[in-house]
Amino acid sequence: MKKPDISLWWITIAVIVLIVIPVVTKSPILRESVFLILLYMTLALSLNIILGYTGYVSFGHIVYYGIGGYVTFSLIYFYGINLIVAMIIGGLFAAAIAYSLGQAILKLRGAYFAIATIGVNEAVKALVNNLDAIGGAEGLYFNIKVYNAYGGAENAIWLSYYLMSALIIITLIVNWYIKKSKFGLGLMAIREDEDAAIILGVDTRKYKSLAYMLSALFPGIAGGIFFFKNGNIEPENAFHLVKSIEMIFMVMLGGFGTVTGPVLGALVYERIRGLLLINPLFKNLHIAISGVVLLLIVLFMPSGIIGYVREKIAKIRRYIE
Amino acid sequence: MILKVENVTKRFGGLVALNKVSFTLEKGEILGIIGPNGAGKTTLFNVICGVYSPEEGRIIFSDVDITGLPPFKITRLGIARTHQVVKPLNDLTVKENVMVGACFGKSYMGLEDAEKIAEGVLDTVGLKERSELLAGKLNVPEKKRLELARALASQPTLLLLDEVLAGLNPLEVSKMLEVIRKIRDNGVTIMMIEHLMHAIMNVSDRIIVLDYGAKIAEGKPEEVANNPKVIEAYLGDPDLALKLLKKEG
Repeated sequence: MKKPDISLWWITIAVIVLIVIPVVTKSPILRESVFLILLYMTLALSLNIILGYTGYVSFGHIVYYGIGGYVTFSLIYFYGINLIVAMIIGGLFAAAIAYSLGQAILKLRGAYFAIATIGVNEAVKALVNNLDAIGGAEGLYFNIKVYNAYGGAENAIWLSYYLMSALIIITLIVNWYIKKSKFGLGLMAIREDEDAAIILGVDTRKYKSLAYMLSALFPGIAGGIFFFKNGNIEPENAFHLVKSIEMIFMVMLGGFGTVTGPVLGALVYERIRGLLLINPLFKNLHIAISGVVLLLIVLFMPSGIIGYVREKIAKIRRYIE
Repeated sequence: MILKVENVTKRFGGLVALNKVSFTLEKGEILGIIGPNGAGKTTLFNVICGVYSPEEGRIIFSDVDITGLPPFKITRLGIARTHQVVKPLNDLTVKENVMVGACFGKSYMGLEDAEKIAEGVLDTVGLKERSELLAGKLNVPEKKRLELARALASQPTLLLLDEVLAGLNPLEVSKMLEVIRKIRDNGVTIMMIEHLMHAIMNVSDRIIVLDYGAKIAEGKPEEVANNPKVIEAYLGDPDLALKLLKKEG
Protein backbone atom coordinates (compact mmCIF):
# COMPACT_ATOMS: atom_id res chain seq x y z
CA MET A 1 0.00 0.00 0.00
CA LYS A 2 1.21 3.44 -0.87
CA LYS A 3 2.34 5.71 1.93
CA PRO A 4 0.35 8.91 2.45
CA ASP A 5 2.21 11.90 1.05
CA ILE A 6 1.84 15.65 1.07
CA SER A 7 -1.08 15.62 -1.36
CA LEU A 8 -3.16 13.85 1.30
CA TRP A 9 -1.72 15.62 4.35
CA TRP A 10 -2.50 19.20 3.46
CA ILE A 11 -6.09 18.63 2.40
CA THR A 12 -6.77 16.51 5.48
CA ILE A 13 -5.29 19.19 7.72
CA ALA A 14 -7.30 21.87 5.91
CA VAL A 15 -10.52 19.94 6.56
CA ILE A 16 -9.55 19.37 10.20
CA VAL A 17 -8.96 23.11 10.65
CA LEU A 18 -12.43 23.74 9.26
CA ILE A 19 -13.85 21.18 11.68
CA VAL A 20 -12.08 22.69 14.67
CA ILE A 21 -13.27 26.29 14.14
CA PRO A 22 -16.82 25.79 15.51
CA VAL A 23 -15.49 23.59 18.31
CA VAL A 24 -13.20 26.36 19.50
CA THR A 25 -15.64 29.22 19.04
CA LYS A 26 -18.57 27.17 20.39
CA SER A 27 -20.72 29.04 17.90
CA PRO A 28 -23.91 27.14 16.99
CA ILE A 29 -24.32 29.13 13.77
CA LEU A 30 -20.83 28.26 12.57
CA ARG A 31 -21.37 24.67 13.64
CA GLU A 32 -24.52 24.43 11.54
CA SER A 33 -22.90 25.78 8.40
CA VAL A 34 -19.76 23.68 8.82
CA PHE A 35 -21.93 20.62 9.46
CA LEU A 36 -23.65 21.22 6.12
CA ILE A 37 -20.33 21.75 4.36
CA LEU A 38 -18.97 18.50 5.81
CA LEU A 39 -22.12 16.68 4.73
CA TYR A 40 -21.76 18.04 1.20
CA MET A 41 -18.08 17.14 1.10
CA THR A 42 -18.88 13.58 2.13
CA LEU A 43 -21.60 13.29 -0.51
CA ALA A 44 -19.38 14.80 -3.23
CA LEU A 45 -16.39 12.61 -2.40
CA SER A 46 -18.60 9.50 -2.37
CA LEU A 47 -20.08 10.34 -5.74
CA ASN A 48 -16.55 10.96 -6.99
CA ILE A 49 -15.76 7.24 -6.59
CA ILE A 50 -18.34 6.17 -9.14
CA LEU A 51 -18.57 9.37 -11.22
CA GLY A 52 -15.02 10.67 -11.07
CA TYR A 53 -12.95 7.51 -11.04
CA THR A 54 -15.20 5.01 -12.78
CA GLY A 55 -16.96 7.40 -15.18
CA TYR A 56 -20.51 6.31 -14.38
CA VAL A 57 -22.85 9.26 -13.92
CA SER A 58 -25.02 8.24 -10.99
CA PHE A 59 -27.77 10.81 -11.28
CA GLY A 60 -29.98 9.55 -8.49
CA HIS A 61 -27.18 8.98 -6.02
CA ILE A 62 -29.08 10.67 -3.21
CA VAL A 63 -31.14 7.48 -2.93
CA TYR A 64 -28.39 5.91 -0.80
CA TYR A 65 -28.35 8.88 1.53
CA GLY A 66 -32.10 8.45 1.93
CA ILE A 67 -31.91 4.70 2.42
CA GLY A 68 -29.18 5.05 5.05
CA GLY A 69 -31.20 7.79 6.71
CA TYR A 70 -34.36 5.74 6.84
CA VAL A 71 -32.65 2.61 8.14
CA THR A 72 -30.79 4.51 10.86
CA PHE A 73 -33.84 6.55 11.83
CA SER A 74 -36.09 3.50 12.00
CA LEU A 75 -33.61 1.49 14.05
CA ILE A 76 -33.44 4.28 16.61
CA TYR A 77 -37.16 5.08 16.44
CA PHE A 78 -38.49 1.54 16.75
CA TYR A 79 -35.74 -0.33 18.60
CA GLY A 80 -33.83 2.38 20.45
CA ILE A 81 -30.54 1.21 18.97
CA ASN A 82 -27.51 3.41 19.59
CA LEU A 83 -26.84 5.97 16.84
CA ILE A 84 -23.33 4.76 16.04
CA VAL A 85 -24.45 1.16 15.57
CA ALA A 86 -27.57 2.25 13.70
CA MET A 87 -25.73 4.51 11.28
CA ILE A 88 -23.20 1.80 10.45
CA ILE A 89 -26.03 -0.63 9.77
CA GLY A 90 -27.68 2.11 7.67
CA GLY A 91 -24.51 2.61 5.63
CA LEU A 92 -23.99 -1.12 5.13
CA PHE A 93 -27.61 -1.52 4.12
CA ALA A 94 -27.28 1.25 1.52
CA ALA A 95 -24.08 -0.38 0.25
CA ALA A 96 -25.78 -3.78 0.01
CA ILE A 97 -28.68 -2.30 -1.95
CA ALA A 98 -26.21 -0.55 -4.25
CA TYR A 99 -24.34 -3.79 -4.81
CA SER A 100 -27.43 -5.75 -5.76
CA LEU A 101 -28.90 -3.00 -7.92
CA GLY A 102 -25.49 -2.54 -9.49
CA GLN A 103 -25.59 -6.09 -10.83
CA ALA A 104 -28.44 -4.97 -13.06
CA ILE A 105 -27.93 -1.29 -13.83
CA LEU A 106 -24.14 -1.25 -14.13
CA LYS A 107 -24.56 -3.16 -17.38
CA LEU A 108 -25.96 0.04 -18.83
CA ARG A 109 -23.61 2.70 -20.08
CA GLY A 110 -23.65 6.45 -20.45
CA ALA A 111 -27.02 8.18 -20.43
CA TYR A 112 -28.88 4.90 -19.94
CA PHE A 113 -27.16 4.32 -16.63
CA ALA A 114 -27.86 7.90 -15.54
CA ILE A 115 -31.56 7.53 -16.36
CA ALA A 116 -31.74 4.19 -14.58
CA THR A 117 -30.33 5.73 -11.40
CA ILE A 118 -32.97 8.46 -11.48
CA GLY A 119 -35.53 5.69 -11.85
CA VAL A 120 -34.13 3.91 -8.81
CA ASN A 121 -34.38 7.06 -6.70
CA GLU A 122 -37.95 7.77 -7.77
CA ALA A 123 -38.98 4.15 -7.30
CA VAL A 124 -37.58 4.01 -3.78
CA LYS A 125 -39.24 7.32 -2.97
CA ALA A 126 -42.61 6.01 -4.20
CA LEU A 127 -42.10 2.81 -2.22
CA VAL A 128 -41.33 4.64 1.02
CA ASN A 129 -44.26 7.01 0.42
CA ASN A 130 -46.52 3.99 0.52
CA LEU A 131 -44.88 2.12 3.37
CA ASP A 132 -47.06 3.07 6.29
CA ALA A 133 -44.93 0.99 8.67
CA ILE A 134 -42.20 3.63 8.43
CA GLY A 135 -44.49 6.62 8.34
CA GLY A 136 -45.47 6.71 4.67
CA ALA A 137 -45.56 10.15 3.08
CA GLU A 138 -45.68 11.91 6.43
CA GLY A 139 -42.45 10.41 7.63
CA LEU A 140 -41.28 9.84 11.17
CA TYR A 141 -40.60 12.28 14.01
CA PHE A 142 -38.41 11.68 17.03
CA ASN A 143 -39.76 12.34 20.45
CA ILE A 144 -37.35 14.75 22.13
CA LYS A 145 -36.72 12.04 24.76
CA VAL A 146 -34.75 10.06 22.18
CA TYR A 147 -31.88 12.48 22.71
CA ASN A 148 -31.79 11.84 26.47
CA ALA A 149 -29.71 8.75 25.82
CA TYR A 150 -27.05 11.07 24.35
CA GLY A 151 -27.10 13.59 27.18
CA GLY A 152 -29.79 15.88 25.83
CA ALA A 153 -30.47 17.53 22.48
CA GLU A 154 -27.52 19.92 22.62
CA ASN A 155 -25.05 17.12 23.23
CA ALA A 156 -26.68 14.99 20.57
CA ILE A 157 -26.13 17.75 18.03
CA TRP A 158 -22.48 17.99 18.97
CA LEU A 159 -22.20 14.21 18.73
CA SER A 160 -23.66 14.36 15.22
CA TYR A 161 -21.13 17.03 14.37
CA TYR A 162 -18.19 14.92 15.55
CA LEU A 163 -19.49 11.82 13.77
CA MET A 164 -19.86 13.76 10.53
CA SER A 165 -16.31 15.07 11.01
CA ALA A 166 -14.97 11.57 11.43
CA LEU A 167 -16.91 10.41 8.38
CA ILE A 168 -15.57 13.11 6.07
CA ILE A 169 -11.99 12.39 7.13
CA ILE A 170 -12.47 8.67 6.46
CA THR A 171 -14.15 9.36 3.12
CA LEU A 172 -11.31 11.67 2.14
CA ILE A 173 -8.61 9.14 3.02
CA VAL A 174 -10.48 6.34 1.23
CA ASN A 175 -10.75 8.55 -1.86
CA TRP A 176 -7.02 9.20 -1.83
CA TYR A 177 -6.15 5.55 -1.38
CA ILE A 178 -8.47 4.51 -4.19
CA LYS A 179 -6.83 7.00 -6.51
CA LYS A 180 -3.36 5.75 -5.60
CA SER A 181 -4.14 2.03 -5.73
CA LYS A 182 -4.32 -0.70 -8.30
CA PHE A 183 -8.08 -0.72 -7.72
CA GLY A 184 -8.20 2.95 -8.68
CA LEU A 185 -6.09 2.36 -11.78
CA GLY A 186 -8.56 -0.33 -12.83
CA LEU A 187 -11.49 2.04 -12.24
CA MET A 188 -9.86 4.78 -14.29
CA ALA A 189 -9.19 2.30 -17.09
CA ILE A 190 -12.93 1.54 -17.07
CA ARG A 191 -13.70 5.26 -17.17
CA GLU A 192 -11.46 5.82 -20.18
CA ASP A 193 -12.51 2.80 -22.23
CA GLU A 194 -14.40 -0.07 -20.70
CA ASP A 195 -13.88 -2.40 -23.67
CA ALA A 196 -10.14 -1.82 -23.58
CA ALA A 197 -10.09 -2.31 -19.81
CA ILE A 198 -11.68 -5.74 -19.93
CA ILE A 199 -9.27 -6.88 -22.66
CA LEU A 200 -6.39 -5.64 -20.51
CA GLY A 201 -7.57 -7.98 -17.77
CA VAL A 202 -9.66 -5.71 -15.53
CA ASP A 203 -12.58 -7.60 -14.01
CA THR A 204 -14.84 -4.71 -14.95
CA ARG A 205 -18.01 -6.11 -13.44
CA LYS A 206 -16.46 -6.72 -10.05
CA TYR A 207 -14.66 -3.38 -10.03
CA LYS A 208 -17.73 -1.39 -11.01
CA SER A 209 -19.85 -3.13 -8.37
CA LEU A 210 -17.26 -2.49 -5.67
CA ALA A 211 -16.93 1.16 -6.64
CA TYR A 212 -20.69 1.62 -6.68
CA MET A 213 -21.00 -0.09 -3.32
CA LEU A 214 -18.32 2.11 -1.74
CA SER A 215 -19.87 5.23 -3.20
CA ALA A 216 -23.18 4.28 -1.51
CA LEU A 217 -21.68 3.37 1.88
CA PHE A 218 -20.62 6.86 2.99
CA PRO A 219 -23.79 8.68 1.89
CA GLY A 220 -25.75 5.99 3.76
CA ILE A 221 -23.91 6.76 6.99
CA ALA A 222 -24.13 10.52 6.33
CA GLY A 223 -27.89 10.23 5.87
CA GLY A 224 -28.14 8.42 9.19
CA ILE A 225 -26.28 11.17 11.02
CA PHE A 226 -28.14 13.98 9.26
CA PHE A 227 -31.64 12.69 9.94
CA PHE A 228 -30.80 11.76 13.51
CA LYS A 229 -29.78 15.35 14.10
CA ASN A 230 -32.76 16.59 12.10
CA GLY A 231 -35.20 14.67 14.31
CA ASN A 232 -37.49 14.01 11.40
CA ILE A 233 -37.33 12.10 8.13
CA GLU A 234 -39.75 12.10 5.23
CA PRO A 235 -39.51 10.85 1.65
CA GLU A 236 -39.38 14.35 0.15
CA ASN A 237 -36.27 15.22 2.17
CA ALA A 238 -34.59 11.87 2.00
CA PHE A 239 -34.89 11.26 -1.74
CA HIS A 240 -34.72 14.83 -2.99
CA LEU A 241 -33.55 14.64 -6.62
CA VAL A 242 -32.27 18.23 -6.53
CA LYS A 243 -29.71 17.14 -3.94
CA SER A 244 -28.46 14.56 -6.45
CA ILE A 245 -27.92 17.28 -8.99
CA GLU A 246 -26.16 19.37 -6.37
CA MET A 247 -23.79 16.46 -5.72
CA ILE A 248 -22.92 16.23 -9.40
CA PHE A 249 -22.48 19.99 -9.49
CA MET A 250 -20.01 19.95 -6.60
CA VAL A 251 -17.93 17.17 -8.15
CA MET A 252 -17.86 18.84 -11.57
CA LEU A 253 -17.08 22.27 -10.13
CA GLY A 254 -14.13 21.06 -8.08
CA GLY A 255 -12.83 18.55 -10.60
CA PHE A 256 -14.03 15.00 -11.07
CA GLY A 257 -11.56 12.20 -10.51
CA THR A 258 -9.43 14.33 -8.18
CA VAL A 259 -9.38 14.08 -4.38
CA THR A 260 -9.22 17.79 -3.62
CA GLY A 261 -11.78 18.75 -6.25
CA PRO A 262 -14.98 17.47 -4.61
CA VAL A 263 -13.87 18.92 -1.26
CA LEU A 264 -13.33 22.34 -2.79
CA GLY A 265 -16.45 22.01 -4.94
CA ALA A 266 -18.59 21.28 -1.87
CA LEU A 267 -17.13 24.22 0.02
CA VAL A 268 -17.59 26.67 -2.82
CA TYR A 269 -21.06 25.40 -3.62
CA GLU A 270 -22.27 25.67 -0.03
CA ARG A 271 -20.94 29.23 0.22
CA ILE A 272 -22.54 30.28 -3.07
CA ARG A 273 -25.81 28.68 -2.06
CA GLY A 274 -25.71 30.34 1.34
CA LEU A 275 -25.07 33.77 -0.15
CA LEU A 276 -27.79 33.37 -2.74
CA LEU A 277 -30.30 32.09 -0.22
CA ILE A 278 -30.01 35.10 2.08
CA ASN A 279 -30.23 37.51 -0.83
CA PRO A 280 -33.91 38.41 -1.34
CA LEU A 281 -33.43 38.79 -5.08
CA PHE A 282 -31.87 35.38 -5.66
CA LYS A 283 -33.28 33.19 -2.93
CA ASN A 284 -35.58 31.29 -5.27
CA LEU A 285 -33.08 31.23 -8.08
CA HIS A 286 -30.08 29.46 -6.58
CA ILE A 287 -30.77 26.21 -8.40
CA ALA A 288 -31.18 28.07 -11.68
CA ILE A 289 -27.90 29.91 -11.14
CA SER A 290 -26.16 26.66 -10.22
CA GLY A 291 -27.49 25.20 -13.45
CA VAL A 292 -26.02 28.02 -15.51
CA VAL A 293 -22.69 27.71 -13.70
CA LEU A 294 -22.68 23.95 -14.31
CA LEU A 295 -23.29 24.55 -18.00
CA LEU A 296 -20.39 27.00 -18.12
CA ILE A 297 -18.09 24.54 -16.32
CA VAL A 298 -18.93 21.71 -18.69
CA LEU A 299 -18.40 23.99 -21.69
CA PHE A 300 -15.26 25.86 -20.69
CA MET A 301 -13.61 24.01 -17.82
CA PRO A 302 -14.70 20.38 -18.13
CA SER A 303 -12.04 19.14 -15.74
CA GLY A 304 -13.20 21.48 -12.95
CA ILE A 305 -11.17 23.93 -10.87
CA ILE A 306 -8.60 21.44 -9.58
CA GLY A 307 -8.41 19.62 -12.90
CA TYR A 308 -7.78 22.93 -14.65
CA VAL A 309 -5.03 23.92 -12.24
CA ARG A 310 -3.39 20.50 -12.57
CA GLU A 311 -3.46 20.75 -16.35
CA LYS A 312 -1.96 24.23 -16.45
CA ILE A 313 0.71 23.92 -13.78
CA ALA A 314 2.61 20.67 -14.11
CA LYS A 315 4.78 21.32 -11.06
CA ILE A 316 1.80 21.42 -8.75
CA ARG A 317 0.55 17.93 -9.67
CA ARG A 318 2.62 16.20 -7.03
CA TYR A 319 1.01 18.28 -4.30
CA ILE A 320 -2.60 18.32 -5.40
CA GLU A 321 -4.38 15.11 -6.14
CA MET B 1 1.25 -26.58 -29.08
CA ILE B 2 0.08 -23.38 -27.44
CA LEU B 3 -3.24 -22.76 -29.16
CA LYS B 4 -5.72 -25.05 -30.80
CA VAL B 5 -8.78 -23.70 -32.57
CA GLU B 6 -11.29 -26.45 -33.41
CA ASN B 7 -14.17 -25.99 -35.84
CA VAL B 8 -15.02 -22.55 -34.58
CA THR B 9 -18.20 -20.99 -35.99
CA LYS B 10 -19.44 -17.51 -35.14
CA ARG B 11 -22.63 -16.06 -36.58
CA PHE B 12 -24.09 -12.58 -36.39
CA GLY B 13 -27.73 -13.12 -37.25
CA GLY B 14 -27.67 -14.63 -40.73
CA LEU B 15 -24.08 -13.69 -41.40
CA VAL B 16 -21.52 -16.41 -40.84
CA ALA B 17 -18.45 -14.47 -39.72
CA LEU B 18 -16.40 -17.58 -39.00
CA ASN B 19 -17.18 -20.89 -40.62
CA LYS B 20 -15.68 -24.02 -39.03
CA VAL B 21 -12.22 -22.55 -38.70
CA SER B 22 -9.56 -24.91 -37.34
CA PHE B 23 -5.84 -24.49 -36.91
CA THR B 24 -3.08 -24.97 -34.38
CA LEU B 25 -0.26 -22.76 -33.28
CA GLU B 26 3.14 -23.94 -32.06
CA LYS B 27 5.07 -22.22 -29.32
CA GLY B 28 7.43 -19.53 -30.59
CA GLU B 29 5.79 -19.28 -33.99
CA ILE B 30 4.72 -16.15 -35.84
CA LEU B 31 1.43 -16.91 -37.57
CA GLY B 32 0.11 -14.43 -40.10
CA ILE B 33 -3.62 -14.08 -40.77
CA ILE B 34 -4.57 -12.52 -44.07
CA GLY B 35 -7.72 -12.16 -46.09
CA PRO B 36 -9.82 -9.52 -47.83
CA ASN B 37 -11.82 -6.99 -45.82
CA GLY B 38 -14.67 -8.62 -43.96
CA ALA B 39 -13.10 -12.07 -44.12
CA GLY B 40 -13.47 -12.56 -40.37
CA LYS B 41 -9.91 -11.92 -39.22
CA THR B 42 -10.74 -9.52 -36.41
CA THR B 43 -13.73 -11.68 -35.44
CA LEU B 44 -11.31 -14.58 -35.07
CA PHE B 45 -9.26 -12.48 -32.64
CA ASN B 46 -12.38 -11.43 -30.78
CA VAL B 47 -13.43 -15.05 -30.40
CA ILE B 48 -10.02 -16.09 -29.12
CA CYS B 49 -9.98 -13.18 -26.62
CA GLY B 50 -13.47 -13.88 -25.36
CA VAL B 51 -15.13 -10.71 -26.65
CA TYR B 52 -17.51 -13.01 -28.54
CA SER B 53 -18.20 -16.59 -27.65
CA PRO B 54 -18.45 -18.91 -30.65
CA GLU B 55 -21.66 -20.80 -31.47
CA GLU B 56 -19.74 -23.96 -32.24
CA GLY B 57 -16.27 -25.30 -31.70
CA ARG B 58 -13.64 -25.08 -29.03
CA ILE B 59 -10.55 -23.04 -28.32
CA ILE B 60 -7.80 -24.66 -26.26
CA PHE B 61 -5.01 -22.46 -24.94
CA SER B 62 -2.10 -24.13 -23.12
CA ASP B 63 -4.27 -27.18 -22.43
CA VAL B 64 -7.09 -25.07 -20.96
CA ASP B 65 -10.46 -24.86 -22.69
CA ILE B 66 -11.06 -21.10 -22.88
CA THR B 67 -14.20 -21.20 -25.05
CA GLY B 68 -16.72 -18.72 -23.67
CA LEU B 69 -14.57 -17.44 -20.80
CA PRO B 70 -14.84 -13.68 -20.14
CA PRO B 71 -12.06 -11.60 -21.73
CA PHE B 72 -10.33 -10.62 -18.48
CA LYS B 73 -9.88 -14.26 -17.49
CA ILE B 74 -8.39 -15.11 -20.87
CA THR B 75 -6.00 -12.18 -20.54
CA ARG B 76 -4.85 -13.47 -17.17
CA LEU B 77 -4.18 -16.89 -18.67
CA GLY B 78 -1.65 -15.19 -20.93
CA ILE B 79 -3.26 -13.92 -24.13
CA ALA B 80 -2.84 -10.23 -24.93
CA ARG B 81 -3.99 -8.30 -27.98
CA THR B 82 -3.80 -4.98 -29.71
CA HIS B 83 -6.74 -3.35 -31.44
CA GLN B 84 -6.98 -2.38 -35.06
CA VAL B 85 -8.69 0.85 -34.01
CA VAL B 86 -6.47 1.98 -31.17
CA LYS B 87 -8.06 2.24 -27.73
CA PRO B 88 -5.79 4.43 -25.63
CA LEU B 89 -6.93 5.42 -22.13
CA ASN B 90 -6.80 9.09 -23.09
CA ASP B 91 -6.79 10.83 -19.72
CA LEU B 92 -4.16 8.57 -18.22
CA THR B 93 -0.46 9.01 -18.91
CA VAL B 94 1.35 6.74 -21.33
CA LYS B 95 3.06 5.04 -18.42
CA GLU B 96 -0.22 4.51 -16.56
CA ASN B 97 -1.70 2.98 -19.71
CA VAL B 98 1.09 0.43 -19.81
CA MET B 99 0.81 -0.13 -16.06
CA VAL B 100 -2.82 -1.15 -16.52
CA GLY B 101 -1.58 -3.88 -18.85
CA ALA B 102 1.05 -5.00 -16.35
CA CYS B 103 -1.21 -4.83 -13.29
CA PHE B 104 -4.07 -6.86 -14.68
CA GLY B 105 -2.25 -9.15 -17.11
CA LYS B 106 -0.80 -12.60 -16.70
CA SER B 107 1.47 -11.68 -13.79
CA TYR B 108 -1.27 -9.67 -12.03
CA MET B 109 1.32 -7.62 -10.22
CA GLY B 110 1.16 -4.67 -7.83
CA LEU B 111 1.62 -1.02 -8.81
CA GLU B 112 5.31 -0.74 -7.98
CA ASP B 113 6.37 -3.80 -9.98
CA ALA B 114 4.06 -2.67 -12.77
CA GLU B 115 5.81 0.67 -12.94
CA LYS B 116 9.18 -1.02 -13.45
CA ILE B 117 7.78 -3.32 -16.13
CA ALA B 118 6.11 -0.35 -17.83
CA GLU B 119 9.38 1.57 -18.00
CA GLY B 120 11.15 -1.40 -19.56
CA VAL B 121 8.43 -2.01 -22.13
CA LEU B 122 8.19 1.65 -23.08
CA ASP B 123 11.90 1.57 -23.74
CA THR B 124 11.47 -1.47 -26.01
CA VAL B 125 8.82 0.18 -28.17
CA GLY B 126 10.57 3.56 -28.14
CA LEU B 127 8.07 5.60 -26.15
CA LYS B 128 10.26 6.26 -23.14
CA GLU B 129 10.39 10.03 -23.64
CA ARG B 130 6.63 10.15 -23.90
CA SER B 131 5.88 8.24 -20.70
CA GLU B 132 4.55 11.19 -18.66
CA LEU B 133 2.39 12.54 -21.50
CA LEU B 134 -1.36 11.93 -21.56
CA ALA B 135 -2.07 9.08 -23.96
CA GLY B 136 -4.65 11.18 -25.81
CA LYS B 137 -1.89 13.56 -26.89
CA LEU B 138 0.07 10.91 -28.84
CA ASN B 139 -0.03 10.75 -32.63
CA VAL B 140 -1.37 7.68 -34.41
CA PRO B 141 1.90 5.74 -34.89
CA GLU B 142 2.72 6.38 -31.24
CA LYS B 143 -0.72 5.18 -30.19
CA LYS B 144 -0.10 1.98 -32.15
CA ARG B 145 3.13 1.48 -30.28
CA LEU B 146 1.31 2.19 -27.02
CA GLU B 147 -1.20 -0.57 -27.86
CA LEU B 148 1.71 -2.92 -28.36
CA ALA B 149 3.44 -1.78 -25.16
CA ARG B 150 0.28 -2.30 -23.12
CA ALA B 151 -0.19 -5.79 -24.50
CA LEU B 152 3.46 -6.67 -23.88
CA ALA B 153 3.38 -5.37 -20.33
CA SER B 154 0.88 -8.04 -19.43
CA GLN B 155 3.71 -10.52 -20.14
CA PRO B 156 1.64 -12.77 -22.41
CA THR B 157 2.65 -16.10 -23.83
CA LEU B 158 0.46 -15.47 -26.87
CA LEU B 159 0.22 -12.04 -28.47
CA LEU B 160 -2.46 -11.13 -31.00
CA LEU B 161 -1.54 -8.16 -33.18
CA ASP B 162 -4.35 -6.61 -35.19
CA GLU B 163 -2.88 -4.45 -37.99
CA VAL B 164 -0.11 -2.86 -35.98
CA LEU B 165 1.62 -1.83 -39.21
CA ALA B 166 -1.30 -0.03 -40.83
CA GLY B 167 -0.74 3.69 -41.23
CA LEU B 168 2.99 3.54 -40.56
CA ASN B 169 5.58 4.81 -43.05
CA PRO B 170 8.17 2.36 -44.46
CA LEU B 171 10.80 3.30 -41.90
CA GLU B 172 8.35 2.84 -39.03
CA VAL B 173 7.23 -0.48 -40.53
CA SER B 174 10.73 -1.88 -40.53
CA LYS B 175 11.27 -0.65 -36.96
CA MET B 176 8.03 -2.29 -35.86
CA LEU B 177 9.02 -5.55 -37.57
CA GLU B 178 12.28 -5.47 -35.63
CA VAL B 179 10.31 -5.06 -32.41
CA ILE B 180 8.00 -7.94 -33.33
CA ARG B 181 10.95 -10.24 -34.03
CA LYS B 182 12.54 -9.23 -30.75
CA ILE B 183 9.33 -10.10 -28.91
CA ARG B 184 9.26 -13.52 -30.56
CA ASP B 185 12.90 -14.13 -29.66
CA ASN B 186 11.91 -13.53 -26.05
CA GLY B 187 9.66 -16.58 -26.28
CA VAL B 188 6.30 -15.01 -27.07
CA THR B 189 4.13 -16.70 -29.67
CA ILE B 190 2.56 -14.23 -32.08
CA MET B 191 -0.52 -14.20 -34.28
CA MET B 192 -0.84 -11.19 -36.51
CA ILE B 193 -3.39 -9.77 -38.88
CA GLU B 194 -1.88 -7.59 -41.55
CA HIS B 195 -2.70 -6.10 -44.92
CA LEU B 196 0.85 -5.12 -45.78
CA MET B 197 1.72 -8.19 -47.82
CA HIS B 198 5.46 -7.80 -48.16
CA ALA B 199 5.77 -7.23 -44.42
CA ILE B 200 3.68 -10.18 -43.31
CA MET B 201 5.20 -12.52 -45.89
CA ASN B 202 8.57 -11.48 -44.61
CA VAL B 203 8.00 -11.89 -40.88
CA SER B 204 5.61 -14.88 -40.63
CA ASP B 205 6.63 -18.51 -40.28
CA ARG B 206 3.24 -19.63 -41.49
CA ILE B 207 0.17 -17.97 -42.94
CA ILE B 208 -3.55 -18.66 -42.78
CA VAL B 209 -5.89 -17.14 -45.33
CA LEU B 210 -9.51 -16.42 -44.48
CA ASP B 211 -12.24 -15.57 -46.95
CA TYR B 212 -15.93 -15.19 -46.11
CA GLY B 213 -15.23 -16.62 -42.68
CA ALA B 214 -13.65 -19.85 -43.91
CA LYS B 215 -10.03 -20.89 -43.97
CA ILE B 216 -9.11 -21.24 -47.64
CA ALA B 217 -5.39 -21.80 -47.39
CA GLU B 218 -2.61 -22.43 -44.91
CA GLY B 219 1.13 -22.84 -45.31
CA LYS B 220 4.47 -21.16 -45.68
CA PRO B 221 4.32 -17.60 -47.02
CA GLU B 222 5.57 -18.50 -50.51
CA GLU B 223 3.14 -21.43 -50.83
CA VAL B 224 0.23 -19.23 -49.84
CA ALA B 225 1.27 -16.41 -52.13
CA ASN B 226 1.17 -18.72 -55.13
CA ASN B 227 -2.06 -20.45 -54.21
CA PRO B 228 -4.62 -19.63 -56.93
CA LYS B 229 -7.51 -19.70 -54.43
CA VAL B 230 -5.85 -17.01 -52.36
CA ILE B 231 -5.15 -14.84 -55.33
CA GLU B 232 -8.71 -15.23 -56.50
CA ALA B 233 -10.02 -14.22 -53.09
CA TYR B 234 -8.00 -11.06 -53.19
CA LEU B 235 -8.17 -10.02 -56.79
CA GLY B 236 -10.78 -12.08 -58.58
CA ASP B 237 -8.73 -13.10 -61.62
CA PRO B 238 -5.87 -15.45 -60.66
CA ASP B 239 -3.88 -15.04 -63.87
CA LEU B 240 -3.85 -11.28 -63.72
CA ALA B 241 -3.02 -11.34 -60.04
CA LEU B 242 -0.05 -13.65 -60.53
CA LYS B 243 1.34 -11.25 -63.08
CA LEU B 244 0.95 -8.35 -60.71
CA LEU B 245 2.53 -10.23 -57.85
CA LYS B 246 5.55 -11.15 -59.95
CA LYS B 247 6.01 -7.57 -61.00
CA GLU B 248 6.03 -6.47 -57.39
CA GLY B 249 8.75 -9.04 -56.86
